[in-house]
Amino acid sequence: MAAKDSGGQSQSQRSRQEEDAETTEAAVDPEVAERHEEITEEVDDLLDEIDEVLETNSEEFVRSFVQKGGQ
Amino acid sequence: MGTEIEYGISVPGQPGANPMVTSSQIVNAYAARPEISKGGRARWDYEEETPLRDARGFTYTGALYDPAENLADEDTGLANVILTNGARLYVDHAHPEYSTPEVTNPREAVLFDKAGEMTMAEAAHRAAHSPGIGAINLYKNNTDNKGASYGAHENYLMSRRTPFADIVTHFTPYLVTRQVFAGAGRVGIGQDASEHGFQISQRADFFEVEVGLETTLKRPIINTRDEPHADAERYRRLHVIIGDANVAEYATFLKVGTASIVLSMIEDGAFDGSLAVSEPVAELRSISHDPSLTHKVELRNGKRMTAVELQQSILEQAEAYCGADADPATREVLDQWAFVLDALARDPFEVADMLDWPAKLGLLHRYRDRENLDWGSHKLQAIDLQYHDVRPEKGLYHRLVKRGSMKRLLTDAEVMDAMVEPPADTRAFFRGRCLARYPSEVVAASWDSVIFDVGADSLVRVPMMEPERGTKEHVGELFDRCVAAKDLLDVITAE
Repeated sequence: MAAKDSGGQSQSQRSRQEEDAETTEAAVDPEVAERHEEITEEVDDLLDEIDEVLETNSEEFVRSFVQKGGQ
Repeated sequence: MGTEIEYGISVPGQPGANPMVTSSQIVNAYAARPEISKGGRARWDYEEETPLRDARGFTYTGALYDPAENLADEDTGLANVILTNGARLYVDHAHPEYSTPEVTNPREAVLFDKAGEMTMAEAAHRAAHSPGIGAINLYKNNTDNKGASYGAHENYLMSRRTPFADIVTHFTPYLVTRQVFAGAGRVGIGQDASEHGFQISQRADFFEVEVGLETTLKRPIINTRDEPHADAERYRRLHVIIGDANVAEYATFLKVGTASIVLSMIEDGAFDGSLAVSEPVAELRSISHDPSLTHKVELRNGKRMTAVELQQSILEQAEAYCGADADPATREVLDQWAFVLDALARDPFEVADMLDWPAKLGLLHRYRDRENLDWGSHKLQAIDLQYHDVRPEKGLYHRLVKRGSMKRLLTDAEVMDAMVEPPADTRAFFRGRCLARYPSEVVAASWDSVIFDVGADSLVRVPMMEPERGTKEHVGELFDRCVAAKDLLDVITAE
């Protein structure tokens, strides 16, 4: 009986879950998109920050970084 | 234990600037801090082995030291300071170098390593505002990508009884593979970066032999320098030269924490040798050149496993060795080690907020994608270099921290405090306190001595051959009681 119950339950659960998933997907989609946008913005922001602080002439900067060997 | 880091140094627009001179300017600029300059600066005591009460005209013999080091000291006007936290700031091989005071646990090793970084940042700031000196930039990295490399060494106190051959056998597999968490990341393959690409380690391409005494040429994975700066009958100082200079706090924490555990295990004979690697030098590079972490290392017994898997095997043995009653400091290392290895096995970017190379590679990937650059691009090399810039406003690591993108172990306030306060539980406490308390009377000091001039006929040298003596618990109360250095010496010599 328990098995049957749980079987029935799980079946109804499954269909409910599927439904939930569909509605959630549809409902949450803008949020996901928003979060995705946020992440993209964060990355852009970070890259802009790098641009801001990066030595202006990177080629000259890299070329003139010459060290004597150490240990 | 402790770390000693040589910093990259450059004067914007003047690649030909003499690094011995600029490094000295850095050291001297920091030495202008009031707690160091008051009462005259103490010299480094090069006299190593013989405790002595010397004549007043004490002279350096320097026999045990590299002549270049002595030259730096004499030529440029004492480009060498001993700090009140027990650290040493000086010029070594054309780089400014910071050697931390001796500490007993990995968290404090990170603390004083970071204090060194802040010291360098302040030194550069002071130099830039000194008359006649302009901007000097400092980088906590290990290569100029043109063939030169400079070190980020670690030192571990070990028992003299441990056979050196055991260290070579059992420490090598660990050292070859630990770059998966301790690598600082590098744009460029080969000593002169002639091949384009990203690799895990700054130092891997500069190691050419398995064992040896050299540190500047034909660098060995295991360095045999035997200079304990302590009682040589009882101790060995294992000088580890293979590491990258880390800026991420967890990377340094894991680097020194796991090394300490593995060395304890070697002292206790806990390894059976089954992890011996067939070609350590070649594997060191192959692992570094594969940020996907899929390269399989070949063991002498024919087995093949990734570097992460090899580290997991060491960890498993370390867990068995330390057991359930590991002290809290050891427990924290074991737990973080396990956490990081598990993450690395899945996706290195999961720990981009803890470790240098994934953090740096993440930045590079995004920048590369946006600008559509190839690995030979100067911009990517500039990002690599600037990740290590010690200036808070310019260093990309610092910018990541500011954005909240890096996990930290320490607060800035703790690090600033460690720039002047010595660790409490080693002889560094005695050294640092002597300098802070009796600046006019301390004329010289070294890792294992402090030399006083209290106006008597001869200088008084206090040897400190036991690294765990001279602690706050041991001598803290003496400093409260003894107003003058003479009082302190009277108590010590009466003991």
